[in-house]
Amino acid sequence: MDPEVLNAYFPLYIQAFWLTVKIGWLGIALSLVIGAIAAFTLHFRIPLFAKITAVYVELFRNTPLLVQLFFIYFALPKIGVSLSAESCGVLGLGLLGGSYMAEAFRSGLDSIPASQTQSALALGMKRSQMFRYVIFPEALTISVPAVVANMIFLLKETSVFSAISLMDLMFTAKDLIGLYYNTTEALFMLVIFYVVMLLPVSVLGSLAEKKVRYRSFGV
Amino acid sequence: MGFDVLLKGNNLLRLLQGLEVALKISLLSVVISLAGGVLLGVVVSLKNNVVNGVYRVYLEIVRIMPQLVLLFIVYFGTTKAMGINLSAEAASVIVFSFWGIAEMADLVRGALAGIPVIQYEASYALGLNRIQAYRFVIVPQILRRMVPLSINLITRMIKTTSLVMMIGIVEVLKVGQQIIEANRKTSPNGAFGVFAVVFLLYFLACWPISMLSKYLEKKWEN
Repeated sequence: MDPEVLNAYFPLYIQAFWLTVKIGWLGIALSLVIGAIAAFTLHFRIPLFAKITAVYVELFRNTPLLVQLFFIYFALPKIGVSLSAESCGVLGLGLLGGSYMAEAFRSGLDSIPASQTQSALALGMKRSQMFRYVIFPEALTISVPAVVANMIFLLKETSVFSAISLMDLMFTAKDLIGLYYNTTEALFMLVIFYVVMLLPVSVLGSLAEKKVRYRSFGV
Repeated sequence: MGFDVLLKGNNLLRLLQGLEVALKISLLSVVISLAGGVLLGVVVSLKNNVVNGVYRVYLEIVRIMPQLVLLFIVYFGTTKAMGINLSAEAASVIVFSFWGIAEMADLVRGALAGIPVIQYEASYALGLNRIQAYRFVIVPQILRRMVPLSINLITRMIKTTSLVMMIGIVEVLKVGQQIIEANRKTSPNGAFGVFAVVFLLYFLACWPISMLSKYLEKKWEN
């Protein structure tokens, strides 16, 4: 490996890294919002909306992100919905992640026994207090491992953004391999930057799982 | 809406052939992953320190490296470093198996670790020998936990094979692009029809399998 080549590539990768991180975390934020709303709709079986949400979840859980991105980026403009590549990335990741997060949150909500809600109401709590102090803390505790796993999954999925010509890490690597044929250096940098992006999430995620496990007594 | 382009010539057939390419790669990888994963999972459960150390590193690599990065490393990297000529299909089967074996092994390890010692003790107390205990008590319980999750792995494998177009395999997305390009003049809206159909094809390939997995999981819950 040639250190000079690595040096020359570094700024390009840094730029791509920030773009990937930005789109990745914006997508995750969107997926958390969509997932929370979807899980709520499904858990409380809100008429009509629950049906629509169920269709959405099945559709996006059973198709690859690459196909979803192609649909959003290349097909939607034909019916008059044009988005920039970056918004497509965030939207695609958010929709894909939303369907996964929905399942994660819902399994948390579903796992709370009826006795918990009954006890909360019997203690004289209002419904809002019951959610705030009983349901949400318990449900979130149970959802954490799945949510962390989904976050890592979504950050990994950012690697397909190059297909809709976003200048992300993969795009940079492929570009440099094609231009200068320094395959080893280009791939080495690619791996390093993905490790920098994902290892902290993986480690912090494991810590968070251990931390919340104390609170899930009796499970 | 651009659906007409699919009815021209043999376009729809070509699209399905593209899907077949993707499904073949995923099927082959699934078979390798299941066999290799079960083997590795059992070996890891024997709790040899060296083996488990290597296994943890392997698992962490698979956990944080995107499959596309692994594809690039195998397809562009190893071929250049070692001077071998690897077809894109072979590279993708290698990568997906590398990933699948890790996932499968972890499922097997988890299922084995989840069987309480009391199940073994009770079997022996009932006079079953080791083989009988595994045959009638342990393995059925493990299968009940593992089968739904392994079926789920198949759908994830199928979804992940969409990545192979990025290393130049002509599968359903690539065929879709070709059809759109070829008919750009006559059906300018072809992109909508084609990609909507590709979306649907993937859904139809994965949905029944994940429904089956969900059904089995519910059925065998206890």
